[in-house]
Amino acid sequence: MSADATDRHARNGAEGLTFWFVGLFLLVILPVLNVLPGEDSWLHVSDFTLNRFGKFLAFAILALGLDLIWGYTGILSLGHGVFFGLGAYCIGMHLMLTIGKESVYGSDLPDFMVWNQVKELPLFWKPFYSFFVAVFGAILVPTLCALLFGYLAFRSRIKGVYFAIITQAVALSAWLVFNRNETNLGGTNGLTDFKQILGFRLSEPGTQRVLYVITVLALGGAYFLCRWIIQSRTGKVLIAIRDSEQRVLFSGYSPSNYKLFVFVVSAGLAGLAGMLYVPQVGIITPAQIGVLPSLEMVIWVAVGGRGTLIGAIIGAVGVNFARSLLTNYFPELWPFFIGGLFILVVLVFPDGLVGLARRLTPESLRGLAQSGKPAPASEGAAR
Amino acid sequence: MSEKGSIIYLEGVVVDYDGFKALNQLNFIVNYNELRVVIGPNGAGKTTLLDVICGKTKPATGRVIFGKDLDLIGKREDEIAKLGIGRKFQAPSIYGNLTVWENLDLSLKRDSKGVFATLLSRSMAAERERIDRTLETIGLKDVPHRRAGALSHGQKQWLEIGMVILQDPALLLIDEPVAGMTDKETEQTGVLLQSLAEKHAVVVIEHDMEFVRQIARTVTVLHEGTVICEGPVEKVQADDRVREIYLGRQKVAHA
Repeated sequence: MSADATDRHARNGAEGLTFWFVGLFLLVILPVLNVLPGEDSWLHVSDFTLNRFGKFLAFAILALGLDLIWGYTGILSLGHGVFFGLGAYCIGMHLMLTIGKESVYGSDLPDFMVWNQVKELPLFWKPFYSFFVAVFGAILVPTLCALLFGYLAFRSRIKGVYFAIITQAVALSAWLVFNRNETNLGGTNGLTDFKQILGFRLSEPGTQRVLYVITVLALGGAYFLCRWIIQSRTGKVLIAIRDSEQRVLFSGYSPSNYKLFVFVVSAGLAGLAGMLYVPQVGIITPAQIGVLPSLEMVIWVAVGGRGTLIGAIIGAVGVNFARSLLTNYFPELWPFFIGGLFILVVLVFPDGLVGLARRLTPESLRGLAQSGKPAPASEGAAR
Repeated sequence: MSEKGSIIYLEGVVVDYDGFKALNQLNFIVNYNELRVVIGPNGAGKTTLLDVICGKTKPATGRVIFGKDLDLIGKREDEIAKLGIGRKFQAPSIYGNLTVWENLDLSLKRDSKGVFATLLSRSMAAERERIDRTLETIGLKDVPHRRAGALSHGQKQWLEIGMVILQDPALLLIDEPVAGMTDKETEQTGVLLQSLAEKHAVVVIEHDMEFVRQIARTVTVLHEGTVICEGPVEKVQADDRVREIYLGRQKVAHA
């Protein structure tokens, strides 16, 4: 076996080991430290911290999907906030309906409808009385939207920067539509003030702990799904599309079908992320699904490292962790921080944190000393 | 081979780029198991000719018939590729971030190249054997697991030829295979193309006259979108109009 292959195997091995280690930490150690040690023990993980991690890990699911389409296939989508939002609103609508008479106005209708003098529940809200409709809808609605939009876009061979701009336009229009009171989705204030899910109080730490564990499991499932796709021959076709779409086409594959597939999968993962986000965070508003959040999602993946699944997870958790620290102390600095971070990634470490770590392995340092040039970054990095 | 007649037949093909006729009433016929070289000055329409055959460019008028009676007009590139027409581009177009082996594996002819069939497909022993044989043919058997982006220019060109071979095409379209190659690589490529012509029909576009003499049996000369001369190398080189075109160009270039 050649040196290249050995290197690759070692890398896969390292990634696998990291995954199991991190999985054990997130799934077992964190919740246990939340439950067992007393509140004043230094080992204690507060309900707040656990809940916050749950949110980050939901974002990580979205980042995996975004990495699949951008990192591996080379298609930049600036509209993934919309798919996230569709998933989030689906479960949010269900949670609104289960508030029932506990609402401020004591009506069966959600508060904002009473406020907007809507007399009767709009028809499209009715299926969301069912928890299962909401859960399946949270994945199905974004998936179908991606199918329709992707079909039209990829069939017309819209690619590169044009695709990015169109998806950004979609994000903007979705934001506008969700903002309007006439849409009956809570307008600017969104959906909030949830009380319970399947009869469990959302304010109970126990409920939140279960939601956290479900999120970790969902992230694990999403990771394995993505890894399965990437390691299959279809995954190689995706990378091939990034490297030379023309060659793929002239080898008898239909690149547009492959792009559509990966776009739909990533939209489904974004919807799943939105669904897990809402009951843990307790609110979803248009501000969380528009142009800016969609851009930030791209930055998570860029910071973590495009084209590595573990990088997407690290990026989503890392950037959001930094965000929650920073917005505690210097809330007004956040936009500058994330902008600066993005510039730094583009200029200094195009392969993200994972690429940086790889460059700092002993062998590459030796290579660095010999050649005086940085170790090769992946070819797609410049795009 | 028992097949008679042409493998590719173009009649009255016109490609119009906003008034500029890249191909003008072009007629072009290649027979089974033929190695045909197409030459001509820049802008003569050589690459456009290949683009029309493989579906990349849609002609304004004209007929393009593959084999006995298969009309290629209106078919998509991947459909045409599946029918058995392989295309090698001028600049090596390979998958730089995949290994040599993976590059070849993706190109291999398969019953279905749909998303889900590909997702579930496994490597067959027979397929691996074919890839091994091709690695040998294209001289890359020592580096199957090297990242294709790290190959030399000549090796990339060969890799792409290998990828096209594995598609098992009845007709190979090869655009300037030896551009940028060393003399030794050029010679090896010539041998490779000649051996390919034993099993497939091959159309090669080439500038390098030395190379043309090495491989060509029949040469077609294009000029301003039409065929002006066709025949064995000696006949073509002796043709007055061909000389005029090339010498005329040179005069302009020297002026």
